[in-house]
Amino acid sequence: MSSALSMPARRTSPGVFVALALTLAIGWLVVTIQGGRLFSVPTTVSLLHVAAGLGLVAVGQTLVIIGGSLDLSVAYVVSLSTLVAAETMGGADAALLPGIGLALAVSAGIGLLNGLLVTGARINPFIATVGVGLILKGYLDNGYDGPAGKTAPSLVRSLGYQRIGPVPVSFLLLLGVAAAAWFVLARTRFGHHLIAVGGDPEVAKLSGVRNGRVLVTAHVLCSLCAGLAGIYLAGRLGSGAPRVGTEGLYDLESIAAVVLGGTALAGGTGGVAGTVGGVLLLAGIDAIFNQLAVDAFFKQVIRGVIIIAAVAVYAQRARRKAVS
Amino acid sequence: MSEPLLVLRGIGKSFLGVRVLEDVDLEVRPGEVHAVVGENGAGKSTLMKIISGAYAPDEGTVEFAGAPRVFHGPRDAQRAGIGIVHQEFNLLPERTVAENVFLGREPRRRGLVDRGAMLRRTAALLASVGEGSLPPGTRVGQLGVARQQIVEIVKALALDARLLIMDEPTAALADHEVGRLYALVRRLQQHNIGVLYVSHRLTEVFDLSSRITVLKDGRRVTTVNTAQASAGQLVRHMVGRELSSYYPERATPDELGPVRLTVRAGGNGKLRGVSLQLRAGEVLGVGGLRGAGRSALARALFGIAPFTTGAVTIDGKPVRLRSPRAAMRAGIAYVTEDRKGEGIVAGLSVLDNALLASRAVGPGWAGRGARAARIRDLLAAVELRAAGEDQEIRFLSGGNQQKVVLARWLALGPRILLFDEPTRGIDVGSKSAIHDLVRRLARDGAAVLVVSSELPELLGLSDRVVVLRDGRIAGELPAGAPEEDVVALAVGATREAAG
Repeated sequence: MSSALSMPARRTSPGVFVALALTLAIGWLVVTIQGGRLFSVPTTVSLLHVAAGLGLVAVGQTLVIIGGSLDLSVAYVVSLSTLVAAETMGGADAALLPGIGLALAVSAGIGLLNGLLVTGARINPFIATVGVGLILKGYLDNGYDGPAGKTAPSLVRSLGYQRIGPVPVSFLLLLGVAAAAWFVLARTRFGHHLIAVGGDPEVAKLSGVRNGRVLVTAHVLCSLCAGLAGIYLAGRLGSGAPRVGTEGLYDLESIAAVVLGGTALAGGTGGVAGTVGGVLLLAGIDAIFNQLAVDAFFKQVIRGVIIIAAVAVYAQRARRKAVS
Repeated sequence: MSEPLLVLRGIGKSFLGVRVLEDVDLEVRPGEVHAVVGENGAGKSTLMKIISGAYAPDEGTVEFAGAPRVFHGPRDAQRAGIGIVHQEFNLLPERTVAENVFLGREPRRRGLVDRGAMLRRTAALLASVGEGSLPPGTRVGQLGVARQQIVEIVKALALDARLLIMDEPTAALADHEVGRLYALVRRLQQHNIGVLYVSHRLTEVFDLSSRITVLKDGRRVTTVNTAQASAGQLVRHMVGRELSSYYPERATPDELGPVRLTVRAGGNGKLRGVSLQLRAGEVLGVGGLRGAGRSALARALFGIAPFTTGAVTIDGKPVRLRSPRAAMRAGIAYVTEDRKGEGIVAGLSVLDNALLASRAVGPGWAGRGARAARIRDLLAAVELRAAGEDQEIRFLSGGNQQKVVLARWLALGPRILLFDEPTRGIDVGSKSAIHDLVRRLARDGAAVLVVSSELPELLGLSDRVVVLRDGRIAGELPAGAPEEDVVALAVGATREAAG
C-alpha cells in the first residue's frame, strides 16, 4: 500500500479533477438548456482530439517543469515535426517509419540543444528556449508559406482519424505516453533525480545526483513529446503545417495545463496525472464555448481568468502549507 | 587503544590570500565523539569542509581509515565513509523520508527503483538509531525540525558512514529536543562510528565528547581530554588574543543624553522578551553567537522582521515599526551586514546609491538639485574616496561602499543608527575610519547600536554591551569588560566557570 501511496502522482491534488468535473457538469447543463448536446459523439471526439495534441506537448512540459526548467520552443518543434514527417513521407506508406523516425530525431536534437544551453551554458531556460524557438521560427518563416509535404495515408487513417467508439487512437496514444511519463517519474532513478533537481539543485548535487545530465535528458524527452504531437498533427492535417504549433499556442497552453494540474512552476513537485486533468479542463472549456458559439476573443478572456484563478488557489494553498 | 579513524596533519587553507587555516592537526578514533570548538571565524567550518571533501586543503594530509586520501568533491568523501550533517538541512521537503535518505543512490531491481527495499532499509536504519516510530513514507516537510535532523543523520548513515561530522547540530533545535539528539549520538558511538561534533555550546560539548580541540584564528590551540577540562579554561583558549587595534574614545558621562530608544519585552519568531534602553550619544554593542538573534534584533527595529510582541518607544513616544519605511520615518537607519545583497545597488553610481533612501521617503522630484548637494556634503564628511560621484559603486572598495551607504542614511538625519557588522569584509585601514565615523555620529547626538561578531570591535567600540543567547538577552557588560565574559555569556557557561 505504501508504495502505491508514495507515487509522485499522490500529491497531485484532485483539485484539477474536481474543477474538470464541475466544468463539464455546468457546461453540460448550460449547453442542454440552450438546446445543444455537449457529449454527442462529434463533440466528444473533437474534444479528445484537442486534448491529444495539447496533452502530448504538456506531458513533456511537465517533465522539464518538475525539473525546475521550462520549454518555450515546443510550439515551433511541433510545427517543424509536422513538416519533417510529411515531407519525408511524401505521401508514401513505405516512408512512414523513416518520416516518424526523422521527425523524432530532429525533435530530440532540439531538446538536446535546449538542455545543453540550460545546463552547460547556464542560460536561463526561459531565454534559452525562446532563443531556440526564434531560430526555428526564422527557419520556418523563411522556408515555408503554407502547408508542405504529404503525410503517409496510413498515418492519416490510423493516428489521424481512427477511433474506438468515441475515443480517438491519438487520445489513447496520449494516455500511453502519460502513463509512461508517470512510470518514469515514480519508478526510475532518473525520475527521482529529476524531482530532486527541481526541488533543490544544491541538495541533489550534494546527494550525488548529476544535475546536468538529468536536466538534459528531461529536455530531450520534452522535445520528443512535442515531436510526437507534431507527427499526430501531420496525420490529422494530411500535410506539414509550418504555423500549426504557434497558432495552437502549444507553448503557453502546455505550461498552463501543467500549472492547472498542480505542478509548481518552481519545480520539485507535481505529476503527469494532474497535467492530463489540466489538458482535459482546457479542452473541455473549449468544447463548451464552441457549443455555445461564444465569441473567440471572449473565450480567450475566460481562459485567462481561469488560469489566473487556478494559480492563485495553488499559491494560497502553498502559503498555508508553509505557515502550518 | 584502537587505530585512529581520521588523522589530519598540518592542514592549511587560504582564500584569496587570506589565511583561514594553518597547520591544523586533528585525530578521531572510532566510537569517539571529538568536539571542535572556537569562535566565529576560527576556521571550524572550513576544516569540516576539507574533511568532507568540499574543499581541497592547500597544505597537509588527510588520512582516513589508515590510508592517505585526496577527496575530489563531497561524493568522494561520502564513498569513503564520511558523512556530514549540515547546519542547514539538505532535504527535499516535498519528498518522503525514504526518498530523501536514498536520493542519488536509490536501490534498484531490474533497472527500476525498488520502492519496497527503499522503505524497508530506511525503516531499519531509523530503528537502528532508536527512531523506529518514524514512518519512512512520511513527507519530510511534515516533520518538525528535530525529526528532519534525524532524517539528515540517517541519510548520512545510509552511506555506511564511519565518520559523521555534525556541524552545530543543536542550532535549530529547541531545548527539549536536544536530549533525543544526545541519545542518537551515543548510539552512533555504540556502532563504533566516529563523530566530529562542532559546536559553540560548551554544555553539549562537555556532555557528549571525550576530547575537545580548540581552534582560534585558523590554528589549533590545544586538544584536551574532556574529563580534564574546565569551561573557563576552554573559553580562555578560545579567546586569548591581544587587543592590538586602536579604538576611538568612549563617551564621557556628560556626553550621554536622555534615553532615546526603549524596547520592552520585544519578541518575534527569533527573539523572546528582549528589553533594552539606548541613550542619545551612546554606542550600544550587541554580541552573541551567530543565530542568537543579533541581526534579528536590528532587523526587528528596522521593521524588516518586526516585533510581534512588546513595545518600542522613541524619545518617550510609542512607535510601531512595521516596515523599513515606518522605521525610517521614525528616524531609524540600518546599515546591513549583507552589503552586496542589501546595502548597495552594484550597477548604480555612487550618487544614485547615496540618494536611494532620500528619494524613497522624501517628497518631490528624484532630481539632483538641492538633495544631491546635501549628499555631496555628506560624502565629503564621511571622507569618501572615489573617482567621482558618477562612478559605479561596485568599483569601490568595501570600506568606501560602506561610507556611501552611511551617507545615504545620514541624509535622512536619523536619530537612531543600527549597524550590523559595520566592518565585515573591510580592510584594516578602512575599519578604523568606519569606527571613527560611528563614534562621531554618537558624539553628534545619535543613538547607535552596533552588532558585531568580532569581539575586539564589539568591546572596543561600545560604551556598553548586551549579549544575546537563543533570542534572549543573556546579560549586559560594561565598557572594557574582558572578552571571556562575552563568550561565557554567549555560550551559556556560568560566570564562575568563566572566571
